Amino acid sequence: MEPAVLTGEHFLNGDVACAEGALAAGCRFFAGYPITPATEIAEHMSKRLPQVGGVFIQMEDEISAMAAILGASCAGAKSMTATSGPGFSLMMENIGLGITMETPCVLVNVQRAGPSTGLPTLGAQGDMMQARWGSHGHYEIIALAPASPQEIFYQTITAFNLSETYRLPVLIMADEIVGHLSERVIIPDSSKIKLRSRPRPKGRKDRFLPYRPGANGVAPMAHAGEGYMVHFTGLTHDEKGYPVMTAEAQAEMVDRITGKIRKNLDRIIQVERYRLEDAEVALISYGISTRSSLAAVDEAREQGIKAGLLRLLTVWPFPEDMVRELAKRVKGLITVELNLGQIHLEVQRCAEGRAPVVLVGHAGGSVITPEEIVEKIKEQVG
Amino acid sequence: MNGSTSSQKHPLDGLLRTDRIPHIWCPGCGIGTVFSSSLIAIRSTGAEPMKTAVVSGIGCTGRGAGYVNLDSYHTTHGRAIPFATGMKLANPELSVVVFSGDGDLFAIGGNHFIHAARRNMDLTVICVNNLNYGMTGGQAAATTPYLAKTSTTPLGNPEAPFNLPLLAYACGATYIARWTMLHTRDLTQSITEALTRTGFSFIEVLAPCPTGYGRKNKLKASDLLKVYQEKAIVKNGANPAETILDLEQGITLGKFVEYDRPTFAQNYKAVTSD
Amino acid sequence: MKFWRVPLDTEQIVITRGVVHIIEDRCKGCGYCIDYCPRGVLEASSRFNNKGYHPPVVRQPDLCVNCHYCEAICPDFAIYSVEAPAQPISELPIK
Repeated sequence: MEPAVLTGEHFLNGDVACAEGALAAGCRFFAGYPITPATEIAEHMSKRLPQVGGVFIQMEDEISAMAAILGASCAGAKSMTATSGPGFSLMMENIGLGITMETPCVLVNVQRAGPSTGLPTLGAQGDMMQARWGSHGHYEIIALAPASPQEIFYQTITAFNLSETYRLPVLIMADEIVGHLSERVIIPDSSKIKLRSRPRPKGRKDRFLPYRPGANGVAPMAHAGEGYMVHFTGLTHDEKGYPVMTAEAQAEMVDRITGKIRKNLDRIIQVERYRLEDAEVALISYGISTRSSLAAVDEAREQGIKAGLLRLLTVWPFPEDMVRELAKRVKGLITVELNLGQIHLEVQRCAEGRAPVVLVGHAGGSVITPEEIVEKIKEQVG
Repeated sequence: MNGSTSSQKHPLDGLLRTDRIPHIWCPGCGIGTVFSSSLIAIRSTGAEPMKTAVVSGIGCTGRGAGYVNLDSYHTTHGRAIPFATGMKLANPELSVVVFSGDGDLFAIGGNHFIHAARRNMDLTVICVNNLNYGMTGGQAAATTPYLAKTSTTPLGNPEAPFNLPLLAYACGATYIARWTMLHTRDLTQSITEALTRTGFSFIEVLAPCPTGYGRKNKLKASDLLKVYQEKAIVKNGANPAETILDLEQGITLGKFVEYDRPTFAQNYKAVTSD
Repeated sequence: MKFWRVPLDTEQIVITRGVVHIIEDRCKGCGYCIDYCPRGVLEASSRFNNKGYHPPVVRQPDLCVNCHYCEAICPDFAIYSVEAPAQPISELPIK
């Protein structure tokens, strides 16, 4: 057996750093299907999982990959899959199953430019609204966006911790640039990595109600083979897990699966504020686009413009209150993202007309340059 | 002495979620009988019930998972097999049974079936074949006979159906049997064998859908049972390529295939432990 | 009908007998147990159960040999048989 946590200093691309993050987080089951630019995650897991007593399986498609990680999670494993746009589309139905069965797992989308086959080898951030609403029905989701190999390593651990704590599939919305970019990655000692596990049942097995929530709104989870004789279904169900076909049961269940996220926003949402204290223009960005945004903020400051950046580490749930508060005290907001305006819609919604909101973005295929952003910053203050 | 009292307890009640009985299956639907056979088989293996998990897809048969008092998972349409694959690989101690219908396993889920059979994934797959989509009201399936009437083939089915045992054999399933719900003892025996062996086991069971297929083709449930009785050709060890399923010509039944080859998990262990 | 020759071990042979139990309110009236009982023990009742179906009723209790086929073929877990106290073969009514 090799160590699961490769403590030390490494030079890794984002995909490999993501895989190492998963292993450090305790992931022991990976099911996937090859797709550019996420394939390296599967390749690395195929090599590493057997070294740590885990299982890797290459499935026949992304639909089955997503189904398999749910099955593995229901048997007690921390499980993960990784894909890109077309595969992400195929996973949507079973993301809904994971939401409804409240099954922890992690799904990495190394985004490439779409729609359809698009630009397989070039990055974009065009799947952000799909991440939020891609599966049918009303639900809440958690999605993180990493900007570097080092960050994807940590965010993968965070993703597992959130999925375990709140019992749902958690998305890592990376992109081709982060996935294929090689940089220094420091993997800390395993004692420095805090891991969380799903809440587990206590007490009599015959009285266990698999969907009765605990204090934070999350129900304890019993695994197959433990004698709780649980029933999990994608149908609307009651606390027993039994299907109930009424509007009341629907309201109760959807309230629970959305409530456990809505009531814990402060514990879930992570952002970084960069030079925002006195900012007159605030950039709002996430993932790879934050790197250009950081450079743009510094450049604007050089030129005497008070710019700042709200860097979203968690994109979903969206930090509504922070953006509302920001809109009250700046002259302008600029969304920076590699699409034609997705998170931009959220920023506009939360700004509520208190500050003008403009977009720096394009359809994908190349990074946004700091110069483009600086131009927009100047327009906002000018 | 022969009557109905509240103290009555069906021998399978321990394996049933009795608070959900009666189930949703129509009068004369054969799924309940196949389900009953499966429960008898699960009980007869003597294995600890908590070590058996049942996974279903969507459809009438897919509701099976909701009635069994074991760890049970009612998943998405067609995806029971990959879900069960993940479950089995994550906890090899589990005996994982997939209980689903022909539409679920062979149309929308056909790709997963062929690959799980190819991998010799250690699962027991029980397919209730009622020749149509029952839950949605009797539409044509990948198993509907040529020229049969369904609500989406009102003039007769222009397509040819799968021969499921042959499909399973070609894909590498290591145990293949076909029975009808009338052949309950043989069926129970086959399921028991499948549960106690290692490898991908496939059991097809014909069962009437009086509400869907039956009504459209003027076959009452009892008529279909008569067909099962009169047209059954029991031929254990038959070459799957020579098995037929034709309500007029005959229905080949039996245990057709049983052989051993390493499962995915065994091969994975062998390959990765070097 | 009489046996033309009485086997030497007649006294020792016992045929299992069964008692049929019907959980009427689970029955959906498909009639499979009635049609496929090898001994013709059952018939349809004229009564309705609480779902509006006619459950089976035991017509000839003495004929049941506890083969459990009604129990196996019933799609609704509504009928089963249990073993009755054994009695020597000579006491069985023979049709």
